[in-house]
Amino acid sequence: MFDKTLAELAQGLQNGDFSSVELTQAYLDRIKAEDGKYNSYITLTEEQALAQAKAADQARAAGNAGAFTGLPIAHKDIFCTEGVRTSCASKMLDNFISPYNATVVEKFNAAGAVMLGKTNMDEFAMGSSNESSFYGPVHNPWNTDCVPGGSSGGSAAAVAARLAPAATGTDTGGSIRQPAALCGITGLKPTYGRVSRYGMIAFASSLDQGGPMTRSAEDAALMLNVMAGFDERDSTSMQREVPDYTADLSKPLNGLTIGLPKEYFPADLNPAIAQQVQNAIKEYEALGATVKEVSLPNTHLAVPAYYIIAPAEASSNLSRFDGVRYGYRCDSPVDLEDLYKRSRGEGFGPEVKRRIMVGTYALSEGFYDAYYKKAQQIRRLIKQDFVNALNEVDVIMGPTTPHPAFKLGEKTADPIAMYMEDIFTIALNLAGLPGMSIPCGQTDGLPVGLQIIGNYFAEQQLLNVAHQFQLATDWHKQAPEGI
Amino acid sequence: MEWEAVIGLEIHAQLATKSKIFSGAGTAFGAEPNTQACAVDLALPGTLPVFNEEALRMAVKFGLAIDAEIGRTSVFDRKNYFYPDLPKGYQTSQLFHPIVGNGHVDIQLEDGTVKRVGVTRAHLEEDAGKSLHDEFPGMTGIDLNRAGTPLLEIVSEPDMRSAEEAVAYVRKIHSIVTSLGICDGNMAEGSFRCDCNVSVRLKGEQEFGTRTETKNINSFRFIEKAILGEIERQIDLLEDGGRVVQETRLYDAGKNETRSMRSKEEANDYRYFPCPDLLPIVIEEDYIEQIRDSLPELPDARKARFIEQYGLSDYDAMVLSGDHHLAGYFETVAKNADDAKLAANWVMGELSKHLNANDTAIGDSPVSAEQLGGLLVRIKDNTISGKIAKQVFEIMWAEGGSADQVIEAKGLKQVTDTGAIEATVDEVIANCGAQVEQYKAAEPDKRGKMIGFFMGQVMKATGGKANPGAVTGILKKKLDALCD
Repeated sequence: MFDKTLAELAQGLQNGDFSSVELTQAYLDRIKAEDGKYNSYITLTEEQALAQAKAADQARAAGNAGAFTGLPIAHKDIFCTEGVRTSCASKMLDNFISPYNATVVEKFNAAGAVMLGKTNMDEFAMGSSNESSFYGPVHNPWNTDCVPGGSSGGSAAAVAARLAPAATGTDTGGSIRQPAALCGITGLKPTYGRVSRYGMIAFASSLDQGGPMTRSAEDAALMLNVMAGFDERDSTSMQREVPDYTADLSKPLNGLTIGLPKEYFPADLNPAIAQQVQNAIKEYEALGATVKEVSLPNTHLAVPAYYIIAPAEASSNLSRFDGVRYGYRCDSPVDLEDLYKRSRGEGFGPEVKRRIMVGTYALSEGFYDAYYKKAQQIRRLIKQDFVNALNEVDVIMGPTTPHPAFKLGEKTADPIAMYMEDIFTIALNLAGLPGMSIPCGQTDGLPVGLQIIGNYFAEQQLLNVAHQFQLATDWHKQAPEGI
Repeated sequence: MEWEAVIGLEIHAQLATKSKIFSGAGTAFGAEPNTQACAVDLALPGTLPVFNEEALRMAVKFGLAIDAEIGRTSVFDRKNYFYPDLPKGYQTSQLFHPIVGNGHVDIQLEDGTVKRVGVTRAHLEEDAGKSLHDEFPGMTGIDLNRAGTPLLEIVSEPDMRSAEEAVAYVRKIHSIVTSLGICDGNMAEGSFRCDCNVSVRLKGEQEFGTRTETKNINSFRFIEKAILGEIERQIDLLEDGGRVVQETRLYDAGKNETRSMRSKEEANDYRYFPCPDLLPIVIEEDYIEQIRDSLPELPDARKARFIEQYGLSDYDAMVLSGDHHLAGYFETVAKNADDAKLAANWVMGELSKHLNANDTAIGDSPVSAEQLGGLLVRIKDNTISGKIAKQVFEIMWAEGGSADQVIEAKGLKQVTDTGAIEATVDEVIANCGAQVEQYKAAEPDKRGKMIGFFMGQVMKATGGKANPGAVTGILKKKLDALCD
């Protein structure tokens, strides 16, 4: 049962092979038994999950079941969930019970989904290894000495370890794709504006985007069918029709043109990664695609520009955590300044503080033009690079990450090395484009991710391209040893 | 040494939208603390702003009214600073691309001079909440009802040279926003408040002196006093060889003085940057033209009409057209009394006197425009004299009721019955033999003046209710008959 995809589970529920309550209970039991090894959940919502499952079974019995009715999933702990702690993996929000649901959560609830719990993540989604969580690091199910990637590391590990059939994630600079790659699952970051950000605790508003983390492209399509859509509560969400993302999955790939950016295959790229990605490209050629070299000449500027824009926005977004209205408040503040300094000083972890300071500096009077404004100019150049390349090809492919999963603690002392882990994923967020990571091979028992980048709102095409690969290969079906 | 003041003003006009600028919560004044603050206003994690288009319409109306450029693309920026009543830790405002650009208004001074004052810009922003320091000993209470209320911040050029000019400018802006219906103009409730930037320099100098900013003054009178006081303070400082420090000051109405709040060195670095949660507002020409077509009459046009339609003097027209509510009141009185000049005299005279003495806004006048019109009708039809009318007005103001009710209840109806007046006149002539003899002895051309005495006696005897015209006629007739 735990190897089944959402699509298969939906079929099982439909056939009456098992009930949603049975399925949910099985997952809850498995999480309780196994998650000690991975720490992928922060909060388990057992009671609520069983109530939802029961309601789903009743709906099905009454003939009111939809495509998602009764399917259990997990939510990244960045999505506000009514009546349930929403911590963003921070001490700052350890005591925060959200009084409302994020739009994404609301949509899944309305679709009849069951929430198993809230998954671990880097604090406020700031990190590439899930080591900055207040609730401790997450361990990669493929090798528990390794990180699962971040920031949606808990969601990726839970799906890889079969502790959830699927989970939501968010991606600001690679936070869905990079952990998906490192944990050998399928992750999709939709076009900016495709999924509502309302109730998704903001890290960098102009870059954040929620998306699915699943075991297959087909499941990602099922998830996106629920998640996508305009939301009048999010001014940056797009007023654009939502297609059926499963509709084009079986389209053959004959005539597809794949662009390979030379900047994504540098001489010093990990050879095993390069090899697995090349193998995947060959598979695509066998499926009828043609390959063309393209150039994204400003790729080297993406990480520096990102590390101005994202912290700048974060420094402002995180100002609301001041100990006044909710969240962590220091003991016995002597005055207002003390309240602010100690609540924030004690409530935030070191990586969050680092980014608040970087962002505050970048926006300071006299530095704005040199940093923030310049970074926004670079952002336009990067976007133009993609627009130019996508005029020549249908999709762009390359490695999702420069390395497979690294060891816990390996990069924590060197923030710059950690930031460079996102070198292939970050540019996409700056451009607002959709991208996926799918498993395309392994090296030393660790998964390798293939990144597929498409044009604005071309999620349907991305899912089709990914699904066709998954029909021809079984990398996405591989499970870590012992699972 | 002759000094010259240089004054620029920032006016915050609260826009009269039903809901807040970025959330659906209500904006009514005076609700229980924190009952008009939703998840967005409380800045709960994950919440996002959605712009209220009504605020945009109102800002564009203002821009058109002052003949300003309308920003075709305007952008919201975040102004970052920490304060307990600022829930997000930033105020959403517009720094780089405001909705309203360069415009101007003409102000008229007491001596009739007209001066043009430039408006640099006007931008949309959200108000903060309120910190309550007195209600909770040792603690501060936070009321977020006001947080997110839409404001239009109107920034003038440093074009004003005296407190009088500054007040005339503020009154003009007040008049425009209330005429447009985009602000209730209620200064006591803080719907319309003013920051005054003041500096002084020697007359003839080109460079500006160092300025101070006095914040949040909420009455015309206080604006005048604060500016006068600040000019005097700066001149004294400079004449004593000191220098003015660039700082933010507060006006203390109780002590009638300004005092330092924070210096430039202590000022925040607001780290403005475009708000990534809100899209730029792009306005089409059509949208602007639709609003232009729907603009109501503006104060300058109204003044011209008052001169034309009612034959008012320039000064009367200026005073009566300046305040939207006063203008409406005047026109109702004029219509009800069918006499614009009488209406103008009463609105600017008795009514204004009572409003000022009681610090009452025209909208709260206990005597309605219809009631005052009714009173003036009774003057015109000789039911009461102008003098009695003032008494009637006094009673209407204090006790309420229509003019007719008061006249009836207090028996103030003018006596026009000539028989009754003649009887009283006969009585007075019989009782004042000495004065009658003097009258008879006087030269005929002096007698006119002497009638006043008899007039007074008749009025005394009738409690002022006798029609003065009728009394004069009868007295003259009877006295002159005695002289023959």
